[in-house]
Amino acid sequence: MELFWYVVVMSMLGVYIVLDGYDFGAGIIHLFFAKTEKDKKAITSAIGPFWDANEVWLVAVGGVLFFAFPTLYASAFSGFYLPLIMILWLLIFRGVGLEFRGQFHHPMWEAVWDKAFGIASLLLALFFGIALGNVVRGVNLGMVENGVSSTEAHYFFLPLWNPSFSPQAVHLGIIDWFTLLLGIIGVVALAIHGANWIIFKTKTSEMNVKLKDVILKLNFVLLALVITSLFIWHIIEPEPFQNFLDHPLLIIFPLLTFTGLFGLFKVKSFQKDGKGFLFSSLFLIGGFASTAAAIFPKVLPSTNNINPALTIYNVAADEYGLTVGIYWFVIALLLVGVYVFVQYKIFNGKMDDVGYGEH
Amino acid sequence: MEDMLFYDRMQFAFTITFHYLFPQLTMGLSLIIIYFKWKFLRTKTQKYNNAAIFWMKIFALNFAMGVVTGIPMEFQFGTNWAKFSELTGGIIGQTLAMEGMFSFFLESSFLGLFIFGEKLLGQKLHFLTGFLVFLGSWASGYFIIATHSWMQNPVGYEILENGKYVLNNFSALFSNPWLWPSYLHNQAASMVTSSFVVAAIGAFYLLNKKNEEFGKLFVKTGVIFGLISSVLLAAPTGDFLAKNVEKYQPVTFAAMEGIFHTEEGGSEIILIGQPDVRNKKLDNKIAVPNILSFLTYGNWNREVKGLDQFSEKDYPTNIPLLYYSYHIMVGLGTIFIGIMALALFYLFRKKLFTTKWILWMLLFLLPFPYIANTTGWFTAELGRQPWLVYNLLRTAEGASPTVSSGNTLFTLLGFVGLYLLLGMLFLLQVGKIINKGPAPVKN
Repeated sequence: MELFWYVVVMSMLGVYIVLDGYDFGAGIIHLFFAKTEKDKKAITSAIGPFWDANEVWLVAVGGVLFFAFPTLYASAFSGFYLPLIMILWLLIFRGVGLEFRGQFHHPMWEAVWDKAFGIASLLLALFFGIALGNVVRGVNLGMVENGVSSTEAHYFFLPLWNPSFSPQAVHLGIIDWFTLLLGIIGVVALAIHGANWIIFKTKTSEMNVKLKDVILKLNFVLLALVITSLFIWHIIEPEPFQNFLDHPLLIIFPLLTFTGLFGLFKVKSFQKDGKGFLFSSLFLIGGFASTAAAIFPKVLPSTNNINPALTIYNVAADEYGLTVGIYWFVIALLLVGVYVFVQYKIFNGKMDDVGYGEH
Repeated sequence: MEDMLFYDRMQFAFTITFHYLFPQLTMGLSLIIIYFKWKFLRTKTQKYNNAAIFWMKIFALNFAMGVVTGIPMEFQFGTNWAKFSELTGGIIGQTLAMEGMFSFFLESSFLGLFIFGEKLLGQKLHFLTGFLVFLGSWASGYFIIATHSWMQNPVGYEILENGKYVLNNFSALFSNPWLWPSYLHNQAASMVTSSFVVAAIGAFYLLNKKNEEFGKLFVKTGVIFGLISSVLLAAPTGDFLAKNVEKYQPVTFAAMEGIFHTEEGGSEIILIGQPDVRNKKLDNKIAVPNILSFLTYGNWNREVKGLDQFSEKDYPTNIPLLYYSYHIMVGLGTIFIGIMALALFYLFRKKLFTTKWILWMLLFLLPFPYIANTTGWFTAELGRQPWLVYNLLRTAEGASPTVSSGNTLFTLLGFVGLYLLLGMLFLLQVGKIINKGPAPVKN
């Protein structure tokens, strides 16, 4: 039962990463590569009708996590207090930038909200990468010092950073050189993903031709970063790949990741505009699933040897609740499938002319 | 420790109060929008469609505000109330997750279609998307009130040896006696806000001699919906809910009514007065004898338990604020019925659209349903104190154990600043939409 809900939560999170990932990515592209008003309009129109609905996945993941794994919800949300609240602020800021930019046609007004939208998108990509890094690295559960827990075994609190910036220090911070590396991977990967979405949803233009160049270059950077991170992971965790040796079937996830990554090196020869998006989605889902599989059944490792890691088994809700949940969840999921189908069916194709933000 | 709890509570109170300014409008407004859309389908009069599209713009903006300020609400259960989440997540997580899965997807998917899809979909399907948005927003309210009801009156659970609460009866969450009175009362209140807003904008157009055709439509619709919902707000829903509070939370009932001492031979209803908690009395009191007993029990002489019958450790933590919130809500609710009845009387005599003083009154009434809704929720939430889950978990025991008060104050200040900015931008844009007005009807 725990496993079922674990797969549900992870799949929903995967969907969220792919969907809101292109929103953030489009924001990063908007920040660095959109030069003309036409480029900017194409980008905002490509994500305009979707971003709201995409963020609903975050709310839904939060809800399901809360009900299926309440202890994890309580522990992680209070422990990562500051970055989580900041993510909320950034999400709000980003939405404000998108929605209020069109209110006045004045260059200064537009410039401010363009930057707000772009920078918030970039920071969100960075924060989500850092968050993944924190989950991989683990936290000092129970806030152990000198062999003594100072709070209950499954609670902790991390400041944003500590002077050493080291993932191996006793006093950890949210940001250290390891989690920062994953944050940068997040930014690069989502920039690629966003560029692919823009190519997919807007008409061929100079910008789209240029974006293919950008994707290609960033893809080299991404490959280098991913390989570096795999080596570094070895330094902080002696046997990070044990799960894959024990369960060879899991190797499918890294395979997906690298299919996505290597596939994108051919971005310039793609005939269909949606193909690049498919590959970057594969990379994101594969990468996320590989990371989750590597630490499974842990969901939050412990960096001390006094308090055990949080696993799906010691953070789940009671059997009865998890069982009744399945009934309504399956019905809800079918309904969601219908909505998504209807929505994408109607907003099929190129979005340039939606005229987003002008209502 | 005390500080930490204070900031946690302040942050939740501030963010939820700000958040609920938006859903209270959108839930009711969605019904008025589909009413306009339905009138258009029936009569083929363009005016109704333009009215629906106009209010849809205001709806969309309020909805977006509701979404962005709503996400922090869900997150704060975990960030600031971790202990509470850990203990009760298996129970109220059900209804919260159901809200996300059943309502948010429905609302957000079809709102996009409703806004962008009129030409693509044709009029009948466009009405349907509007209806689904209405359904989603009312379902959302339902699940939230189901969650709220469990905190007011926990049902369907057992306590394990390790102290965790686990669900043992799923359907009890939905047959909670607290749920329907609260839900209906809340939805009626949302109807009040939206119909008063519609009437106020209509009055603004009439007084301004701009968009007068729409001004008349909005005033008429707002007044009719407004009177119906104000009456429903008082009876049966408000009455029903107050009796529920008396039954399940008698100490709260005594505090919100301001009854310090149990009186034999029937309790008076307090209209005005300032509670002095330390000396257990009410200053400057204006009260009517025996009415409270009658309203509560249908019996003029039955005694209502005063605060003196309860242990002080179970008193609501802030009795004066609870008392004021309740009295402001009830007072405003009564005034609403009066003004709307008067406006309807003028409407029947075909004088409403030209009677300036009533139009001014309707215009200036605009903020008051927001105040009534807010104070109503303050009554519910302050009334539940000192409990987070009534008679089960005290508020002090529910906060996050590891988040320091410095961090909470930091994020509270951040929320205040961000929401001020958000509020200003919102008003700016709403002003723009109202100033532009509905698309004129071409003849």
